[in-house]
Amino acid sequence: MAGVSMDTTTTVVDASGVEGPTPTPRLLKALDNRGDRIFQGVASMSGIAVLSIMGLVGLFLAKEAIPALRSSGLSFFTTTQWQPDQGGSFGIASVLWYTLLIAIVAVAIALPISMGTALFITDVAPTWLRSTLIALVDLMAAVPSVVYGLWGLFLLQGQVIGVSRWLNTWFGWLPFFKVTGADPNSPLAAATVYTASTFIAGIAVAMMVMPIQCVVMREVFSQVPPGEREGAYALGSTRWGMIRVVAMPFGRGGIIGGTMLGLGRALGETIAVVLIISPRFDITFHVLEAGSNSVASLIAIRYSESSEFGLSALFAAGLALFAVTLVVNFTASYFVARSRSGSSSEA
Amino acid sequence: MISTDWTERTTADRDIPADPGAAVLTTDPYTSTIDVWGASASADIAAPADVTAPATVLPRRLDHRTNSQAKRTIGRFSSQDAFRGVGIAVSSLATTMLIFGRLTSLSGRLGFAVVGFVVFLATHAVLASLTDNGPAIVDKVMSALMTSAAVAAGVALFSVIIFTFARAWRAIIRPNFYLEDLSTTGSLQPLGEGGILHAIVGSLIMTSLALIFSVPLAVLCSVFMNETKSRAANLVRTVVTAMTALPSILAGLFIFATWILLLGFERSGLAASIAISIMMLPIIIRSADVVLRLVPGNLREAAAALGAPRWRTVWHVVLPTARSGLTTSVILGVARGIGETAPVLLTAGVAQTMNKNPFSGGMMSLPLEAFLLVKQPDPTQIARGFGAAAVLLILVLLLFTVARVIGGRPAGRMSKRQTRRSTSRSAADLQRIEARKQHTQQHEVTP
Repeated sequence: MAGVSMDTTTTVVDASGVEGPTPTPRLLKALDNRGDRIFQGVASMSGIAVLSIMGLVGLFLAKEAIPALRSSGLSFFTTTQWQPDQGGSFGIASVLWYTLLIAIVAVAIALPISMGTALFITDVAPTWLRSTLIALVDLMAAVPSVVYGLWGLFLLQGQVIGVSRWLNTWFGWLPFFKVTGADPNSPLAAATVYTASTFIAGIAVAMMVMPIQCVVMREVFSQVPPGEREGAYALGSTRWGMIRVVAMPFGRGGIIGGTMLGLGRALGETIAVVLIISPRFDITFHVLEAGSNSVASLIAIRYSESSEFGLSALFAAGLALFAVTLVVNFTASYFVARSRSGSSSEA
Repeated sequence: MISTDWTERTTADRDIPADPGAAVLTTDPYTSTIDVWGASASADIAAPADVTAPATVLPRRLDHRTNSQAKRTIGRFSSQDAFRGVGIAVSSLATTMLIFGRLTSLSGRLGFAVVGFVVFLATHAVLASLTDNGPAIVDKVMSALMTSAAVAAGVALFSVIIFTFARAWRAIIRPNFYLEDLSTTGSLQPLGEGGILHAIVGSLIMTSLALIFSVPLAVLCSVFMNETKSRAANLVRTVVTAMTALPSILAGLFIFATWILLLGFERSGLAASIAISIMMLPIIIRSADVVLRLVPGNLREAAAALGAPRWRTVWHVVLPTARSGLTTSVILGVARGIGETAPVLLTAGVAQTMNKNPFSGGMMSLPLEAFLLVKQPDPTQIARGFGAAAVLLILVLLLFTVARVIGGRPAGRMSKRQTRRSTSRSAADLQRIEARKQHTQQHEVTP
């Protein structure tokens, strides 16, 4: 800019001889004024607060769990009994086992339904129906868990017994459909061997898991680039072919993340499980058999009748649940975050 | 299925074999003299010999059934589909009854539905294989699977709602159910006495307190994730997503460990509302995060170009634009929070009398009341428990409907009243600017 003159001939200005500071690139960073610094500070504080709440939950569970964990040691993870108040042994082997079993049953039932519903909403349903369906799935997520618990206990249980009996009769040779004490040949066999089972609790929990999974999957499937979608159709693909080749690979992160987020919810479900199951303390594969257990329901049932040491043991169980759900949820969260296509609405 | 999406129409087109004559039609058959229609059409147009006067002859309507250039139907649902649907339904019903009633010993409506569904799918596949080839059969079966997944979810949801109201009916039709508490009513008293007023009041107090705790923090946090370009935003987002699936009993246990065991406060509505707010926080943050991301970026850039600092952009542009969406996310958080049972069970304490003071004494909430009542053996208490659950469900449905009505508008779309207000404000601004312009002009002229 400096040194350009209005001569008729163009002259190259010799810059080397010019005195003065060498030009440096301008600082493009705008300095915040005081208002923005305060804004940034307050906003960051809120982020830190949310992070620290999560941290504090784990910290206080661990702090309260120390006496119980110190007294039981590693046997806490291998003992199936839960008798901390009587001075007996206690451990989470059985409780955690059944917690996982309920969660696996719930996810196994919820996954096909949620995936089918998500694909139905994004690809199959007519456009006028879509927003209604989305609202219904959101409503399903908002129904309180105690309502699902009542439904599972008073309506579902009576219906499921027939299915349980049939599964046990015809597939009883599979280890997880076996029911000890059931006699399929007796017409007068009591139905009580099939009640309060892992299977029934799993179905009720599946009702709560399904909308969570569905919301995540639908979000991902709706972000499938239209170009790729139409490209598949243009190449002669059927609708299912398009879903299998384009939508599913694109939404893989969302499918995995949504499934695991649902698993995390299933692991921690309390009230519906408390209402349906009757507690048992052993380790079996028998999904259809009466009796089950879960960490959350153990805490809910025992907290009021426990001594100080018993409470500490319950905190230890809660800590174990916290650790498991944390691992599951963070894995889920990681996958969901990776599948996000970013702020696509950014101009 | 009537498709309206054009991408789906293109697939529908493929189902019909490609027509070689379809591309030939280049001229209008009613005005053209070029014989594109073959001998039969031109014979009609040319006047027959026995007609005396060559009167105007209307061109004959083309018969769509025989003409190879008939307009193709693009919709997917034809009468053949309807017949096929009826056929599948009847045949699978008959087969199911055979299998269910005769061959294997099953019982219960659910078993019937499950077997019927499997038979339906098989029949559907067999029928499709009669007319279609490989990929088309798979497509039809998978479409049926996806549709039935959605139907199953819908049926389950409505059965939950209808069942709850059916069992609660005897209790919720009585006015005393909403006007009395359970302090003097035992399990032997009939449904005409006692009610759940204390639980309704308790739920409302706890949820309001939880709202006061969680909403400012949640909105600030979602602003932090979207508006500050901080590198920690993604970490916070990951933690919040993980927190949405935090077991609710652990939130209760956490407050139990800190508020009650460590700080020594008694169990109260306040403790329960803190626990509930921990559960509501991630839900509000997550949906508010999505809403703020939908605010158009050019609005932010316009504000920045006008010289607004970032906090003013957030306060005057981003938050007002996203107001309806933010309201929706808060309401969804409330709907979740009001139904939480486990944290309340651990922290609120149980009281069957009315307690309006959240700072001392036990406080009942609706979900906890439902939970405790249905665990008792007598039918009247179970009916009361269902009544509490039904009232809770009504509240949730109500909140949910309000959320849909408010959140139905996309970000930045204003209601009539808002538009009117904004217009009048804008007019006032213009007046002010004009007045100032005149003022400065006068001052410029006078000296």
